[in-house]
Amino acid sequence: MFFQLIISGLSFGSIYALIALAMVIIYKTSEVPNFGQGEMAMISTFVAYTLLVTHGYSFFLSFAGALLFAAVLGVFLEFVFLRRAKDPNILSFILITLGFEMVLYGLASWKWGAEQCDFPFPVSDFDIINLGPAVISYLNVATLLITLFLMFVLFLFFKYTKVGIAMKATQQNAVAARINGIRTNRIMSLTWALSSMIGAVAGMMLAPIATLDPNLMLEPLLKGFAAAVLGGMTTLVGAALGGYILGIIENLFGGYVSLEFKSIVAFLIIVLVLCFKPSGLFARHYVRKV
Amino acid sequence: MDMKRDYYEDIQLLDSKVLWFWFLMFIAALITFPFLVPNYHIYMVNYMAINVIVTVGLNILVGYTGQISLGHAGFFAIGAYSTVLLMMNLHFPFLVALISGGFIAAFFGFILGLPALRLEGPYLAIATLGFGMAITQVIGRWQVFGGRMGLESPDLSIGSYVIETDRQLYFLIITITFLLIMAARNLMKTRVGRAFISIRDSDIAAETMGVNLTFYKTLAFAVSAFYTGIAGGLMAFLLGFISPNSFNFILSIYFLAFVIVGGLGSIFGSIMGGMVMTWLLLVLDKVQELPYLGAALISFSEQYMNLAGLPNIASIIFGLIIILLVVFEPLGLYGFWIRTKIYWKTWPF
Repeated sequence: MFFQLIISGLSFGSIYALIALAMVIIYKTSEVPNFGQGEMAMISTFVAYTLLVTHGYSFFLSFAGALLFAAVLGVFLEFVFLRRAKDPNILSFILITLGFEMVLYGLASWKWGAEQCDFPFPVSDFDIINLGPAVISYLNVATLLITLFLMFVLFLFFKYTKVGIAMKATQQNAVAARINGIRTNRIMSLTWALSSMIGAVAGMMLAPIATLDPNLMLEPLLKGFAAAVLGGMTTLVGAALGGYILGIIENLFGGYVSLEFKSIVAFLIIVLVLCFKPSGLFARHYVRKV
Repeated sequence: MDMKRDYYEDIQLLDSKVLWFWFLMFIAALITFPFLVPNYHIYMVNYMAINVIVTVGLNILVGYTGQISLGHAGFFAIGAYSTVLLMMNLHFPFLVALISGGFIAAFFGFILGLPALRLEGPYLAIATLGFGMAITQVIGRWQVFGGRMGLESPDLSIGSYVIETDRQLYFLIITITFLLIMAARNLMKTRVGRAFISIRDSDIAAETMGVNLTFYKTLAFAVSAFYTGIAGGLMAFLLGFISPNSFNFILSIYFLAFVIVGGLGSIFGSIMGGMVMTWLLLVLDKVQELPYLGAALISFSEQYMNLAGLPNIASIIFGLIIILLVVFEPLGLYGFWIRTKIYWKTWPF
């Protein structure tokens, strides 16, 4: 029982970890929590679904198509809306992402809201591997592996590529990065594209477990925030770990305390962490500039 | 802008005889209005008035105190459910139940205000977002609250006077709205209001000046939640039925949109914002029935989108309005009103 809960917690946790990563990448660069993250992922998943089911392309082609769409969507949001804000403060950025969220939610419900969609994933959720005290489905294994692989790629990206290093520089100090010849505006757009793609992967892995409808990402968005807050909004590693921890805690709570109120755990974690250690478990304490 | 020379001028309700005249005319119009128009319009105005209460309440928090909240649908739900449950199970009279509902919401606002003491900006937004979602979850899963099926609101009467029609409800709602707006307007002129505004402008400076941050921040949350709770209680009777699905995250953003459209930090703006946006919401609910546009949208959705999802266009338009206002007119309708006023006052210069 205990192992089973932890194992399934890990696979849910990896989805939360991806959402949290997407969130943190944005937050570090522009100090905006992207409330549109969930809907961006949701609509990219629908694009994958349409390519896959309606147009009958192969899975990997649809997957790539959805990622491309996600990247374009991210750049679009940054370039068309966020960059135009007249009075750039945190409240107006939050509002812009919220507005974008509503536009996407409305579009998706307009187009796909009426029907129930089954997202066909090439890996089955019903075939299982026996691990002794616990079982794990092929789908969960795939989720775990894809997430770990993606994290590894991100790590390499931020460590060894020019764009990745430029992104890190922009995150640390945008003015200094500009002085050193980095086009921070362009890096900003790329960051949004990257984050949106990571979110899209999370959405596509969530879709076969949950039902694919416009509400797909509403709760996972909150979980992603909880994971990011738990690990610290300013560290990538922390956010990923926070995702896994949240997945496990939530599943244990569901197994031993109350299945009904499982989804409140995320909220409790947010409040508790913010009350006692606002910078998160794995981040250095942040100092506010006056 | 009109210059205020001393404190008593500042706290005056209306500063000239002309304004008094218009004010009285306005009240007369409010009283005669329901006898002149068809029932559906009365329903619409009721809906607007309730949303105006929420908008004013949320504006006290967001516009005046500078604390963001994405969880006001939670307070709305708390107000609605407490009022209905207090009346059904404990047989409270309506007004007592409504005010208790407001205070229960205010208590939750106080609780949510506690973490807000240590949080700001994005973190506060996340915490309140979580609160709103958690409330909906709890209500949806707990049998006391009728579960997913929701609750039917009981018969409404004040003393022995039974309220059944929209017109009777109109007088009740309008009276409460009027009182609450006046209260908010007066509150903002007292030391409490000034403390709120100073917290918005800079909480560190406010604290240095002797404003008790703990007290005033939680108070702002409580007052705001009280308004929203009262509005929720009224909404339960306007709709006659409440279910957890109607108090979702999207509703919280709608509320925030009302405030943004009206203009942050302005009671008058809140009234405009709440009314205009509610009207838009109700019109867009039946977008197919609009002349010309409706037919065009129907054929467009049949061709490219999905006809059943057409009412969701409200969400798209609201989102666009939020974005465009933030980008082009951060002060909302109130800012637009002020600019127009100044333009005509100083014309032709």
